Amino acid sequence: MNWSERISPIVKSVPPSGIRRFFDIAAEMDDVISLGIGEPDFVTPWHIRESCVYGLQKGYTSYTSNYGLLELRQSIAKNIQNNYHVSYNPHNEILVTVGVSEALDLAMRALLSPGDEVLIPEPCYVSYKTCVILSGGIPVPVPTTIENEFRVTPEQLEKYLTPKTKILLIGYPNNPTGAILTEKELLQIADFAKRHDLIVISDEIYAHLTYEGNHICFAGLPEMRDRTILLNGFSKAYAMTGWRLGYALSNPDFIAAMTKIHQYTMLCAPITAQVAAIEALEHGEDEMRKMMASYNCRRRLMIEGFRSMNLPCFEPKGAFYIFPSIKETGLSSMEFAEALLKAEHVALVPGNAFGDSGEGYVRCSYATSLDKLSQALERIQRFINQF
Amino acid sequence: MKDLLQLLEKNHAQTIDQLSTMLDKPKEEIEAQIKQLEAEKIILKYHTIIDWEKANIDKVTAIIEVKVTPQREVGFDALAERIYRFPEVRSLYLTSGSYDLLVFIEGQSLKDVGKFVSEKLSTIDGVISTTTHFMLKNYKEAGVIIDDIEKDHRLVVTP
Ligand SMILES: Cc1ncc(COP(=O)(O)O)c(C=O)c1O
Repeated sequence: MNWSERISPIVKSVPPSGIRRFFDIAAEMDDVISLGIGEPDFVTPWHIRESCVYGLQKGYTSYTSNYGLLELRQSIAKNIQNNYHVSYNPHNEILVTVGVSEALDLAMRALLSPGDEVLIPEPCYVSYKTCVILSGGIPVPVPTTIENEFRVTPEQLEKYLTPKTKILLIGYPNNPTGAILTEKELLQIADFAKRHDLIVISDEIYAHLTYEGNHICFAGLPEMRDRTILLNGFSKAYAMTGWRLGYALSNPDFIAAMTKIHQYTMLCAPITAQVAAIEALEHGEDEMRKMMASYNCRRRLMIEGFRSMNLPCFEPKGAFYIFPSIKETGLSSMEFAEALLKAEHVALVPGNAFGDSGEGYVRCSYATSLDKLSQALERIQRFINQF
Repeated sequence: MKDLLQLLEKNHAQTIDQLSTMLDKPKEEIEAQIKQLEAEKIILKYHTIIDWEKANIDKVTAIIEVKVTPQREVGFDALAERIYRFPEVRSLYLTSGSYDLLVFIEGQSLKDVGKFVSEKLSTIDGVISTTTHFMLKNYKEAGVIIDDIEKDHRLVVTP
């Protein structure tokens, strides 16, 4: 049977992941130092793992409410209230999902009609555009630049606005650039959203990994709560990527719509992870802060490392990525990444995997041990010296 | 200063350059701070954690609970000193509960340790009784898991 003829045109229209091919080369080598990993190098703190084991012993093995365990939703509500002073009703304004990944997909599916446009500042997380396409929408990348520290401004957004624009999807602190937005900048974006009556999806999965000032929650800005879908999760802050747990907070009508899809396609998020997540929210603050302090040390080391190689890079203030420019080598991002991998066995991710505006940059994750980071920097330096 | 101490506690072999970058402080300041911390004996010593068993070097460690009669004026301190001055004593703590002092002894053999307890420790004036526990296995030392089986299971490249 000719399967490729039968695969849906929408799925076929999605370009293959830029990371995949690269992954295949790297996986073959045995002494690779990888700066290509978009997840914490910490294992989930023990008290969280232990609470999951205890939960299993007590027989927490069933389905939960489609919305997620009420106790978890209450913890989430309390946490968001304490951190950002925004209140959500745990009964009907919170949906627990299988990672922010699922929440993004649900949000798009619940909102988009064919032809609706979604503004997405770029470079951005690899799933954003695909999620929009799979829901029949049209992703509209809004390029950001190093000169502006990869921040998006209303002026740039304005250029890409059309009558079909329905959603603005932002993710700060940003993967892959590490950029954050200040309150002033966010207020301008909020004003833009209000003027054009847009819905804002704010992916704040790296909120706790903000190294300068406090993270500003988009839903906490004046008049924004009602037009915002706030996404967050446990993967990054609590080193819980494999647990697959996130959540969406929004208006009750919209949460109901997302839940309708979730109910028929996922039923509920895994209970084992939900039980552990309660422990994370209730008692995970100390461990989380320790991890963050450790990333911050490594962040500074990386900035210093790249600057001393004369690779221009702006100072990332969030997440655990640094996004230096490799334009001066004359290579494309992909060429650079491949050549570096082959010559020095250091894996990183070519910037164009995160959109065309990432071309000329590479994403280096510093969620790796200090030893390995220092070695990787030495190897990259050696590689750069040829140019 | 707490940040610096925490980094040094984990790994004292880091260079001043690295520490200075990681803490975002000038090198001179870090250098001066370390010197001062050493001079004030806040930093007492830089220690290496060794898995002696893996090195195939025999050692016997015993944990001894010691009941004592505190002495007038000096309380437990004088007695504690008489005990901790022995090089065989690795650590010594004053504790609350059913005994007073907790002594960690290290020797070459069971006989060594036994001899130390019966001849030196129990015979000190003021020592009422001792209970000796021989250590069978060391799982964790100074915050470090001895035989850690946790590995990095992450894929080489993830989004
Ligand atoms: C910006 C961003 N959003 C969402 C995700 C997906 O997170 P989750 O593990 O919660 O699905 C990631 C993971 O890398 C991310 O970097």
